[in-house]
Amino acid sequence: MIKSYVLIAVLMFFTTIAFSQTAEELVAKVKEKSAKVKDYEAKGKMKTSVAYMKAPVANVQVYYKSPDKLRIKNETGVSFIPQGSVNINMGSLFSNTGKFDIIDGGKEEGSGLRIIKLLPNDDKSDVVLSTIYIDEKTTLVRKARTTTKENGTFELELTYGKYADWALADKVVFTFNTKDYKLPKGITFDYDDGTQKNKPQPKDAKGKVEIDYSEYRINKGLGDEVFK
Amino acid sequence: MWRLLQIELYKIFKRPRTYIAFGAIAAIVVLIQLALKFDGKSYVDLLFSNVKDTFDISDDLKDKMLNGFLISFVILNTLLIQTPLLVALVAGDSIAGEANMGTLRLALTRPVSRTQYMLVKFFASVVYTILLLVWMALLALFLSMLLFGTSDMVILRSTGIEIISESDVLWRYFAAFGFASVALTTVAALAFLLSVFAENSIGPIIATMSVVIVFTILSEMNIPIYDQTVKPYLFTSHMVAWKGFFYVKATAEGETIKGSIENLPAIMRSLSILVIYTALFAGSAILIFRKKDILS
Repeated sequence: MIKSYVLIAVLMFFTTIAFSQTAEELVAKVKEKSAKVKDYEAKGKMKTSVAYMKAPVANVQVYYKSPDKLRIKNETGVSFIPQGSVNINMGSLFSNTGKFDIIDGGKEEGSGLRIIKLLPNDDKSDVVLSTIYIDEKTTLVRKARTTTKENGTFELELTYGKYADWALADKVVFTFNTKDYKLPKGITFDYDDGTQKNKPQPKDAKGKVEIDYSEYRINKGLGDEVFK
Repeated sequence: MWRLLQIELYKIFKRPRTYIAFGAIAAIVVLIQLALKFDGKSYVDLLFSNVKDTFDISDDLKDKMLNGFLISFVILNTLLIQTPLLVALVAGDSIAGEANMGTLRLALTRPVSRTQYMLVKFFASVVYTILLLVWMALLALFLSMLLFGTSDMVILRSTGIEIISESDVLWRYFAAFGFASVALTTVAALAFLLSVFAENSIGPIIATMSVVIVFTILSEMNIPIYDQTVKPYLFTSHMVAWKGFFYVKATAEGETIKGSIENLPAIMRSLSILVIYTALFAGSAILIFRKKDILS
């Protein structure tokens, strides 16, 4: 009886070793999946949440061309697109970090997502560190946190649906750093309607952009003029 | 009464100086439009300089922001400070001008009560004020829409940025112009009151201009001692309430609510204060004129 338990344990140990992927293998698989998309054009609804901004939900068109071109365009109205929004595409994330060292960060408690840290080798790279959270079963990136030299830290949360095979998310939540906002009253000549008196002045905080994609057109070819 | 009003309006619009105000407004509007047509992007850069580290202010975005609605807002911001002075040119002249020409006594020999005479004079000034605003709306709003097109409107406040959907803007302008007509009528009423005391129109015109300038400076200064004591009672503090129509409500997540106004009761309060001031100025002018010895 004891022998059979030992045998099962030994078999399970070797099976785990045989099927568990190294961080490098996992990143390679994720990159491979992302690389299937050369370009896309997607429709979506964008919601902006910034402490000092009031904005309507915008109908946007998102254009991407491999390796690192991305443009979010409000076709009819005005939308403020955060700096660094190119990182909402996972393909861009790998291309922006160029060659990088991969550090295995183990698994996240609760979700079981594999934590991988990407450290760019190029000193000139704007990205200092990217931490990605990968679902090993689907080889899809569910979360990412990128720290840059110029634009602070970006966080990304991705929800997948019918375009999961292309590693394209149905919903993206992009969180970014905002700096404090203030314009002198001498420029704006505000009407003092009493609503601003007790309102705390927005300071450095996080801003959030949510894009709900409704339709992707993948690998149909996109000209560079779209990104100008 | 209607016939008298027609005569008064005929007298106003027969004078060449009446058209100075229309010419001045046209010149200012066209100059601002030209400047923004050719160098509007630099202006947008300046306005959004403190968010350019956070947001990508692309040329495409600048082009969209520089639409007719924003241009009109910029023009009205500039003009509605100066327009009271143009209104004073006619309202300040209404009684004092007659006194100066020596026609006041003659006019009062007609079978018209003094109250009626004053009401007609005042309404003529109000009609002139409204026509000036219509002219401003045609040039500042409709010409800008024609030249720059339309899109969502971006409002910059000292505490934040608001984006109003294109389809939610036009009615706000109509409301703002309606409010501005009440605000400018208050100035016309002040000039009209001062006109009763003078024998020459220069005096009431300059006195009205001085009051408006001093009160506007006090209204715009951020000195705590004036904020609660003086500012709420100055009519100039309430004249800018037309902007309140462009301040929108938003959900907790910052999504603008279409058709909403952030603080409508405050606008209504400002409107009431302006109406009270107008009634006070015009009423006082009539009362004083009724008891006045007309010697010229």
